[in-house]
Amino acid sequence: MTIHQLSIFIENKAGTLVALLRQLKEAGIQLIASTISDTVDYGICRIICSEPVRAYEFLKEAGVAVSLCEVIAVELDDEPGRAADAIGVLSDEGLSIAYLYSFLLGGKGVLVFRTNDNVRAVEALQKGGQKLILEKDLSHLL
Amino acid sequence: MIWNEHKETMSRDELSAMQGHRLHKMVDYVYHNVPFYRKKLQELDLIPDDIRTIEDIVKLPYTTKQDLRDNYPYGLQAAPQSEIIRIHASSGTTGNPTIVGYTRRDVEIWAECMARCLTAYGMTRDDTFSVSYGYGLFTGGLGAHYGVEKVGGAVVPASTGNTEKHIRLIRDLGIDGIACTPSYALHLAEVMENLGIDKKDIKLRIGAFGAEPWTENMRQEIESRLGLKAYNLYGLSEIMGPCVSFECECQSGSHINEDHFYPEIIDPNTLEPLGRGKQGELVFTTLTKQGMPLLRYRTRDLCSLIEGDDCPCGRTMVRMSPVMGRSDDMLIIRGINVFPSQVESVILDIPECAPRYLLIVDRVDNLDTLTVQVEMRPEYFAGADNIDAITDLAKKVAFKLRSVLSVNALVKIRQPGSLERSMGKGKYVIDNRILK
Repeated sequence: MTIHQLSIFIENKAGTLVALLRQLKEAGIQLIASTISDTVDYGICRIICSEPVRAYEFLKEAGVAVSLCEVIAVELDDEPGRAADAIGVLSDEGLSIAYLYSFLLGGKGVLVFRTNDNVRAVEALQKGGQKLILEKDLSHLL
Repeated sequence: MIWNEHKETMSRDELSAMQGHRLHKMVDYVYHNVPFYRKKLQELDLIPDDIRTIEDIVKLPYTTKQDLRDNYPYGLQAAPQSEIIRIHASSGTTGNPTIVGYTRRDVEIWAECMARCLTAYGMTRDDTFSVSYGYGLFTGGLGAHYGVEKVGGAVVPASTGNTEKHIRLIRDLGIDGIACTPSYALHLAEVMENLGIDKKDIKLRIGAFGAEPWTENMRQEIESRLGLKAYNLYGLSEIMGPCVSFECECQSGSHINEDHFYPEIIDPNTLEPLGRGKQGELVFTTLTKQGMPLLRYRTRDLCSLIEGDDCPCGRTMVRMSPVMGRSDDMLIIRGINVFPSQVESVILDIPECAPRYLLIVDRVDNLDTLTVQVEMRPEYFAGADNIDAITDLAKKVAFKLRSVLSVNALVKIRQPGSLERSMGKGKYVIDNRILK
């Protein structure tokens, strides 16, 4: 009930992000959502994309420091308070979030996040009536 | 002032005769006590009696740092262990450090030579002298220490670190002289200014500076900021430690204690001896050492021997120009010798690191800094999803470097493929320190 995300180590330096994006372009991979977190010297670029497993293999082959991770994606109705409801389900279970970002999918908001226990988080969200996005929900858009 | 007028102002003819006599005895001594040298001389078809005058020295083989490493730890020691009263160690290029054992007589000659240096700087038994070279395996601290005691001054064994406390002692005790690295002297000046202590509040008049290359500009800066006269002090642990050569009041080249350490300048490529005034690699033969005597030891320091033996101070001992380079890739960071090959061996031992690195040396607030950039292997990142994977690796590399180099390095992990493939040779060091 999770989706694949690519995490890539890139330096905080001009040209590193575009080099990565050009590699994805070369492989014919389409981006759906992305975010970058950084410290003074290091950055991690996180990407949701089409064909994540193929993208991962392609980048690994090219010598990129890439990791294929599982993240949770929750679809939210377009009205106030829905994000609070979804996150509330997790905090009620005592789960914490390592990072979170969001994007729009067909007029609806999608929250993407990783928790300290994704298995328990999925259970809690399903029990709480939250709609989890699956990889097939993304690919038919592309 | 001259500590040992008889030796230091000897005529050149007398000196050469003495050097020749001592060299003959030295070759005879190592031939019978160091299998390494006996074998080398036999390969050249030489016996000790072939070496009669100092000019015969050119027949002798060279000794290198590699020879010291290959014969670790005691292979080049000539004296029996029962005669050794002190052991120092300095960093080797990889793995094995260089071990130097000293007999009681060696330690006495060391103090004698150091007393010559300090007396030339104007130090007397009335003076209080702070020794701010590191005490320990490094020869700087104890070497200078014994010299001050030999002259009869009072030693303040301040060593390194705790600069503020040290400055208070300099002011409150009215310390007359200091022995340290020139960059530490500039650091002292800076901290002193920050504390609001004026150079008029302190009595320092002598600085004995060495263990790293420095320049005329640095001398002027140190002299004006600390209000003292800054003198060069040169030495290396393989030969003895600080005391090998020193500047007199003329400050125009460093007199070599050549009755104990015979200098030559050679072309580092052809190994041919070069004449006075020619720039090349400095080579020393110990003429009196018992513990670990060395024949024609290649220091890798580049300098020249100054023409003319008519220094106005009255000393006849030959002078060497300031050392301004190395014929190998050794870096001196805060007075500590660092070889890129040491960094390389650390990195090769860490599976998460690719065998590519870049060393960047800089000088910030007058103190040397070392940054080591190293690439992460892409495989290591698989399964990782946060910055800790990178910062943990940086910590691990820094810890391992510290234990091998004895220098704190700032480690930056680079993404795969960002450094040039330069293992072994090529451009892997950027030294931004400006020595002008």
